[in-house]
Amino acid sequence: MSFPPLVARGLRKRYGDTHALDGFDLEIETGAVHALLGPNGAGKSTAVNTFATLTRCDEGEVRVAGRDARREPAAVRASVGLVGQHAALDEILFGRENLVMFGRLYGLPKSAARERADELLGTFGLLDAADRKVSTYSGGMRRRLDIAAGLIRRPALLFLDEPTTGLDPRGRNEVWQAVRQIVDAGTTVLLTTQYLDEADQLADRITVMNTGRVVAEGTAQELKRRLGGDRVLVTAPAHADLDRLAAALGGTADAELRQVTVEAGPDGGAAALTGVVRALDAAGLVVDDILLRRPTLDEVFLDLTAAPAPSALPALPASTPSALAPQTARPEGAHR
Amino acid sequence: MNAVAATLRQSWVITLRDLKHWQREPWTPIFGIAFSIMLVLVFGYLMGGAIDLPGGGDYLPYLMPGIFALSMMFGIEATMSAIANDSKKGVTDRFRSLPISGAAVPLGRAGADLMNSAAELAVLMVGGLLIGWRASGSLGATVLAVVLLLWLRFGMLVLGVFLGLSFRGEGGVTAVQILVWPIGFLSNVLVAPESMPTWLAFLAQWNPISATAAACRELFGNPTGITGGVLADHALLLAVLWPAALTLVFVPLTARAYRRLSR
Repeated sequence: MSFPPLVARGLRKRYGDTHALDGFDLEIETGAVHALLGPNGAGKSTAVNTFATLTRCDEGEVRVAGRDARREPAAVRASVGLVGQHAALDEILFGRENLVMFGRLYGLPKSAARERADELLGTFGLLDAADRKVSTYSGGMRRRLDIAAGLIRRPALLFLDEPTTGLDPRGRNEVWQAVRQIVDAGTTVLLTTQYLDEADQLADRITVMNTGRVVAEGTAQELKRRLGGDRVLVTAPAHADLDRLAAALGGTADAELRQVTVEAGPDGGAAALTGVVRALDAAGLVVDDILLRRPTLDEVFLDLTAAPAPSALPALPASTPSALAPQTARPEGAHR
Repeated sequence: MNAVAATLRQSWVITLRDLKHWQREPWTPIFGIAFSIMLVLVFGYLMGGAIDLPGGGDYLPYLMPGIFALSMMFGIEATMSAIANDSKKGVTDRFRSLPISGAAVPLGRAGADLMNSAAELAVLMVGGLLIGWRASGSLGATVLAVVLLLWLRFGMLVLGVFLGLSFRGEGGVTAVQILVWPIGFLSNVLVAPESMPTWLAFLAQWNPISATAAACRELFGNPTGITGGVLADHALLLAVLWPAALTLVFVPLTARAYRRLSR
């Protein structure tokens, strides 16, 4: 019988008055990338550190491949790799020396540690820089070396805590590439991130967490669907009869924005957009703008992690530019 | 037994890593030694002429064992900043996430620091011989003096690991770098406590570093500058006990500080 790589139940951890984890549950599947998505201070690092036996939680249970993290921390440490939030490398040593050192600490004999180091340097494209001090590495190179160090013992489960925080776009792409390679090689990955596109790009499943709790879980698609389907936004010219427009299109009017919103049916956004254009044509109506809007993961994120305010929250929080800017109407395929 | 062997092997990997730092960036240990040499020159030649030792004897042979002890004590800065740096950079957390003994990292550090200090001591002793300092005791006594100096370094090492784990910010290291001065000088390393006001002399003779310096002077057959007080009879014993006390107190506290990292 095989155990899931990681199961956590009812984790609680308090630091003074702060509940870093407040009844946190998680289960991840073998061979997948699972993203733990949340804003700063949501408890992501505390969760990962608990899984890697670095932090002891006050309550709850963590099982890594069936082993209890509290009772058998050594067994858990032997089967996981942790790549923490700060590149935990020796800056003065060469890249290769870092990997050999960690390999030796894992108990590999010298020659095996060297072999494994070279293999990993090759995998992550670092062979050319292998005999340079880590302090001369770029952010992306450091991160890749850091990840390589976490992979020395071929862990079944690798924790990546905010692997791309602070990297430039190039470094981020390098790390994403590295993560994909790891997964292709069969390692299960749990990564934490505060970047939605990162979760969207890399993760098979996403757990959204906030204030130490799970607020949503699912695939990127499922999470997007939670906010409803696509919608077509039609902006009327000034002084136009908004109600007439709404009636013609079968949508709801917003007088303030001079906008009519048409919810897409089961056929999806493109069909709805076509329908709107036909209806406008048939009724002989002129409009200023037509947008096809799909919910982005940003909206899901902001919606799920918004602090409950006394006044009613808008259905689609519009506090960031990315959430404000709807995707322009482009029928599928038009730009392909 | 197997666990002990594994711990020692892991410690050795850490020691090699720390030694490599000095190989790559030799300026830190070189400045450390240069600094001790400068103290010898400043006190031995610049000020030494004005210093009269109680009980007679030349100042330079009095000074040298004091400088040896002082350089062992100043080693605490290197230990503390290395430990603080590792834990700030997250290297400590990575070590903690590995299936290795918790004792391996501090033990490895201890190995490297002791080797470094032994090398520093060797350079200082050769330098001392060149300018006229002599160890005129027996070979056994000389070896014992060196062991006592490294024993003091070990006590400082334990304290340094504790301080590095407990005060990780830049401020902690800076505070220690400043504090070692008054604490180091408030002793018998540079001048005999008898020349100080009574209350200062009292503090100075109970300074752990004074015990080591006094014991080494006795063992090397150098002037001790001591005409009375606790160090007149018990320097050797205190030189053994002080670092032992530091070790006994701070090893459990260090283990606790290490465990506290997982809170």
